[in-house]
Amino acid sequence: MDRLRFAIGQRVRIRDLPVPGHMRTPRYVRGRTGEVTQYCGSFRNPETLAYGGNGMPTRGLYRVRLRQGDLWSGYRGSGQDTLEIEIYEHWLAEVGKGAPDAP
Amino acid sequence: MPHDSAGHTPIDMPDDPDARIIRALKALLIGRGFFSADDVRRKIEELQSPAPARGAALVAAAWSDPAFRAHLLADGKVAAAERGVPVLEAGLIVVENTPSLHNLITCTLCSCYPRSLLGQPPPWYTSKAYRARSVRDPRGVLAELGWTPPRGIAIRVHDSTADMRYLVLPRRPDGTEGWPEGDLARLVTRDSMIGVAPALSPSAVGRDPSGI
Repeated sequence: MDRLRFAIGQRVRIRDLPVPGHMRTPRYVRGRTGEVTQYCGSFRNPETLAYGGNGMPTRGLYRVRLRQGDLWSGYRGSGQDTLEIEIYEHWLAEVGKGAPDAP
Repeated sequence: MPHDSAGHTPIDMPDDPDARIIRALKALLIGRGFFSADDVRRKIEELQSPAPARGAALVAAAWSDPAFRAHLLADGKVAAAERGVPVLEAGLIVVENTPSLHNLITCTLCSCYPRSLLGQPPPWYTSKAYRARSVRDPRGVLAELGWTPPRGIAIRVHDSTADMRYLVLPRRPDGTEGWPEGDLARLVTRDSMIGVAPALSPSAVGRDPSGI
């Protein structure tokens, strides 16, 4: 079993890293805060895999749940509506730890 | 009878610059012997052959067998494989609709889709409009597609951004108690497994609800 960097239920902030090119963290969730709901395993890093690299070391992949009301100003749905998204561990930071958004 | 060609634009392969580059690259690779034209045709056939019936069979099995339902929700890929439905492209997460929660699948970055289970995605799924609006205004998108979930049901959007693919386990329609799996599967549409519609009602497939 891999050692998990984040616990299920933990509040996390999705970092806004200046990574150009192919990455799997869409802009609309960067800088936002949510809750870890699941650990999906460890996968080769698409940011290097996409450019002929071997994607090593692998990165832990987590599902993060965000409240729609926190994502969009003037969200038109219900306050109970949520969004879940897969985020690699190097794009996540503990809330309140203030990790700098640098590579 | 004369052939009537009026009012019909000829169907043609796209001729944008990307398509030209792809055709040139394909011709080069075939010319150098990396693969044959038949390999390309066969791969396209293989990619396009899985029908939503594979996903529907899993849903019908989950509705019929509580132990399989639990397994499918806990470890989708392994559970599907045990039913003879291998999911080769990625991991599989099955999300269950309940009386208080409705799930909707999208891929904002590209076109991730559970192709092993549902085949190729419909054109609207890969459109920029769906990808942008499904995350920002899921209720508006659902209403435009013809279904308005009650306010009391929370909507959860799943953006498949990385190494997982998603399948919605729709709610089992009322009036289907005791139905065999094969009949249940007919109620499970592709769109109900993407989460843009509920499963069909018994009357939609010409069957009276059971027990009435």
